Amino acid sequence: MDFLRPTTLDEALAAKAERPGAVPIAGGTDVMVELNFDHRRPEALLDLTGVGELAEWSRSSGSDGEIRLGAGVPYTRVITELGGRLPGLAMASRTVGSPQIRNRGTVGGNLGSASPAGDTHPVLLVTGARVEVASVRGTRLIPATEFYTGVKRNALAPDELVTAVHLPEATGPQQFAKVGTRNAMVIAVCSFALALDPDRAAARAAIGSAAPTPRRAVAAERFLAEELPWGTPGPLRDSLKRRFGELVAEATEPIDDVRGTAAYRRHALAVLARRTLTWAWNDQQERSPSCA
Amino acid sequence: MRLNVTVNGRPRQADDVWPGESLLYVLRERLGLPGSKNACEQGECGSCTVYLDDVPVCSCLVAAGQAEGRQVRTVEGLAEGDRLDPVQQSFVDAGAVQCGFCTPGLVVAAHDLLRRTPRPSDEEIREALAGNLCRCTGYEKILDAVRTAADAS
Ligand SMILES: Cc1cc2nc3c(=O)[nH]c(=O)nc-3n(C[C@H](O)[C@H](O)[C@H](O)COP(=O)(O)OP(=O)(O)OC[C@H]3O[C@@H](n4cnc5c(N)ncnc54)[C@H](O)[C@@H]3O)c2cc1C
Ligand code: FES
Ligand code: FES
Repeated sequence: MDFLRPTTLDEALAAKAERPGAVPIAGGTDVMVELNFDHRRPEALLDLTGVGELAEWSRSSGSDGEIRLGAGVPYTRVITELGGRLPGLAMASRTVGSPQIRNRGTVGGNLGSASPAGDTHPVLLVTGARVEVASVRGTRLIPATEFYTGVKRNALAPDELVTAVHLPEATGPQQFAKVGTRNAMVIAVCSFALALDPDRAAARAAIGSAAPTPRRAVAAERFLAEELPWGTPGPLRDSLKRRFGELVAEATEPIDDVRGTAAYRRHALAVLARRTLTWAWNDQQERSPSCA
Repeated sequence: MRLNVTVNGRPRQADDVWPGESLLYVLRERLGLPGSKNACEQGECGSCTVYLDDVPVCSCLVAAGQAEGRQVRTVEGLAEGDRLDPVQQSFVDAGAVQCGFCTPGLVVAAHDLLRRTPRPSDEEIREALAGNLCRCTGYEKILDAVRTAADAS
């Protein structure tokens, strides 16, 4: 097995073009488990940790702030450096593994694995993120909604690498919640993300670990856009929260597996949907000047 | 391949390294540093925790080749000569060690916590040690040890 150590993005893309069978390795928190247990014996590893360009983030200069988050920025830095601008992604990052895993694991690696249970996916879906991928042929931006193509499958071509994720800065409350057997180190039994955009009276909701791919709950989003009392202060009606939960549960396509049953996932997602909506709405009330 | 890595301040070399083997394997089997323990090889238990360029990581999840040219600090590198690091000493004093398998990883994780947060709350200690499993102690003595080490510094 060869070990390729590019030090620039151009070198990395050239290596990937020449050796499409080379497996990229960033934090290694998925790849190394497979190697240690002999589940995978690739012809080559393409180490991305020497590529400085992948380990940076920047903010676009326009008024509509957009963050370009390098694929190789570990979760710990997302949490400490971007918690204010990307609250949903930081919340999801905080729930990943343990401190040791968050020090190594990256959003690029989460996208490369494209597990239906990956914690960043629901957040990327609700924030309207675009995945920047590159090859020697050029660069393209793939909306997160089109990136996940099947169980552990994504839209990358064999010669492409994920270089960054483009995320708009939060314009309203964002929430992420997941169900697991303990408060740390759990792969989600199911997960849920919600983003409210009060200026546009819009909402996005997405589920994880409850369908072959992470996906948005479009009917539930439409319901919120139409039914949320956007300009009116005060708590939400229980009936509205309940209906939202039902619509989220209807968007799932879960299976029974070792972590939980399909019925449990459907039920738990309805609960997570109601809770996160309550948190996000309360957050929204605190921000809005009419209640200050 | 030949691997060059600085371990506990000393430049080291290992030959015939298979690039896909873990840094943990290199440390234990090639460099004679068995302090870091191998208990799960999948990032779940934290027994293999070391500093890589000053950041605590599971060495079982670092490919050997990724350590080329980098700095590694293992549990063996915490004491100064015969004088234990305060975190190590408090693990001994508090009786936080039974079989000892989890101890090296916990010591490194606690060491990192106290560097960043000299007076951690219990919540912060739990959070910082969430990636380290112990099958013997029930964790209470480990929490005691970290509190004692924080008081000592
Ligand atoms: C103990 C433990 C706990 C975990 N807990 C969680 C959890 O709570 N939530 C969660 O979501 N995940 C969890 N994971 C899985 C893993 O940590 C995440 O998926 C992480 O985001 C992977 O990032 P990485 O940089 O380590 O990826 P790597 O292991 O380096 O790579 C993962 C995959 O992505 C590919 N890849 C990496 N970078 C790129 C790139 N730039 N372009 C193209 N392909 C690329 C690799 O080839 C590989 O297929 C856990 C893993 C462990 C070991
Ligand atoms: S041996 Fe590395 S985490 Fe268990
Ligand atoms: S003392 Fe035995 S595993 Fe912790």
